[in-house]
Amino acid sequence: MTVRIGYTGRTDGVALRDVFARVLARIGEDPDFVYLDADLMSSVGTRDWALAHPDKAFNMGVAEADMMGVAAGLAAAGFRPLVQTFGPFASRRCFDQVFLSVAYSGRDLTVIGTDPGVTAAFNGGTHMPFEDMALYRAIPGATVLDMADAVQLEAVLPLAYRQAGLKYIRFGRKPVLPVYASGSTFDIGRAPCLREGRDATIVASGLLVAESLAAADRLAAEGLSVTVLDAFCIKPLDGEAILAWAGRTGALVTAENHNVIGGLGSAVAELLAEHGPCPLERVGVREAFGEVGPQDYLQRRFGLTADDVADAVRRVVLRKAGAAAGQ
Amino acid sequence: MTREERLRLREFAVRIRQETVLSIRARGFGHAGGALSVADLLAVLYGSLLRVDPARLDWPERDKVVCSKGHAGPALYAALALRGYFPLDWLATLNQPGTRLPSHCDHRLTPGIDMTTGSLGQGVSTAVGLALGDRLKGRDNRVYLVVGDGELNEGQVWEAAMFAAHHRLDNLVAFVDHNGKQLDGPTRDILDLPDIPGRFAAFGWQAQSVDGQDVEAIDRAVRTAWATEGRPHMIVLETTKGAGVTEIASMAMNHHIVMTEALAEAALAELAAELDRLRREEA
Repeated sequence: MTVRIGYTGRTDGVALRDVFARVLARIGEDPDFVYLDADLMSSVGTRDWALAHPDKAFNMGVAEADMMGVAAGLAAAGFRPLVQTFGPFASRRCFDQVFLSVAYSGRDLTVIGTDPGVTAAFNGGTHMPFEDMALYRAIPGATVLDMADAVQLEAVLPLAYRQAGLKYIRFGRKPVLPVYASGSTFDIGRAPCLREGRDATIVASGLLVAESLAAADRLAAEGLSVTVLDAFCIKPLDGEAILAWAGRTGALVTAENHNVIGGLGSAVAELLAEHGPCPLERVGVREAFGEVGPQDYLQRRFGLTADDVADAVRRVVLRKAGAAAGQ
Repeated sequence: MTREERLRLREFAVRIRQETVLSIRARGFGHAGGALSVADLLAVLYGSLLRVDPARLDWPERDKVVCSKGHAGPALYAALALRGYFPLDWLATLNQPGTRLPSHCDHRLTPGIDMTTGSLGQGVSTAVGLALGDRLKGRDNRVYLVVGDGELNEGQVWEAAMFAAHHRLDNLVAFVDHNGKQLDGPTRDILDLPDIPGRFAAFGWQAQSVDGQDVEAIDRAVRTAWATEGRPHMIVLETTKGAGVTEIASMAMNHHIVMTEALAEAALAELAAELDRLRREEA
């Protein structure tokens, strides 16, 4: 793992769907590769490649349960399938099929769930999964990955594809604020440290990594120095790095584009509860369904902005100080 | 089919039923009805038509069997044991702690089981995926799929049926065990689905309907399927839930039954008498 920071606070205009289509074409050279999609190839930019590779790409129609089962059958025949659809349909819609036909049956499958959380924006609440990671986390042996930017997606997707078992990867299709400089490399299960500080540690994933870096800049101007970890691998979680930074800074904040139940916030809370608690604040969706609107509105609506992360850091630092004063 | 072949397969079906009853008796309860109804199909497949080799479980070009009605596991285990996939004495471990023979089929536990099934409908998609994968790999084997009639309630069955027809998966030979009963009672009272062959035909499948307790009729239907290119094949087996054991077949509710000693003894006596009769006929 060698990461270099590419965060500038400005978008580079690189759509993640284009990265996905490019990586798909590259891993598609594997003779055992096969790609299934539930009538969303045009949305994710893979339709041209699929039409050019009729023996490697299959449009399943709007039939996600069947897609997961057919993928399991293809895996049983010796292929390494990858399936794609929007996050809610890649998780809620076909959970029993993923659980039994794939995971319980010991089949290898890479599942792409696009437009997680508020990135579903104008498709609205019906298409806005805040619980997809929770569902996949509950599956024994599953790997759950939340992508922060294009560089990370390009590096991590081939690693995940080659890994055995069930892998769930979520990312939005549109351009995002870059976090990493090109050439960064990652290990599944290791959380890169993007910034080191003394007062608190932010453990973020996906969309909230860039927001957390923005929050860290603002907090630095107030004299608060924070560490930012990118827990892009929600499962297996890099407990070693998180506990080490919990020990050094004595205060943690999690930040995710997901329900606080079952996702990164839960995973870190469970870790702390079992291995040594410290004050924890969780930024994430609380007891709410999605709704329609522009992404910036939705981030404010659900408390997923840099300001929300910064507020959580201020709270957790006060709690830490209160705990210290109480001793 | 020669007379000798027909008698041999009928005897094999009775042996499958005997071992099924014995294994369910050892546990005391089990899915007897829907296991007994597919015994004749399993006799034709494992006794004659399948291109398999118990010594080469991972042979890629083998025919594959997906028993999507996973609760018929006990009959399938009996057929596999009788074909030499594992020792017959494993059958008494059905559903015992640590067993390799669970209530519903699990390919990670049982030699010869190609696909894990039990959540109904899912085996149809996995069988379709297997058939597609085998074709893409250039293999000339077939995939055989067994579906329950109650299982046809599951929407996933019809998603998979569309896909199989669209991709002309003629290496897929499917059977519906049309015994007319699901867990809670007669299929016609719960969620009626008349004209199953017509429905599959409308989805683009080759569809046949045969007496599912007649080994020769089953054999003929499968050979008809083999001779038809460009479409997946559905063979609707008209069966009786609990077939071969009068007392079980006559129960109104026989999806999952308690196998008392008295019931097992009566069943085994009836099956032994049938086996004797067939052997005398053979001689």
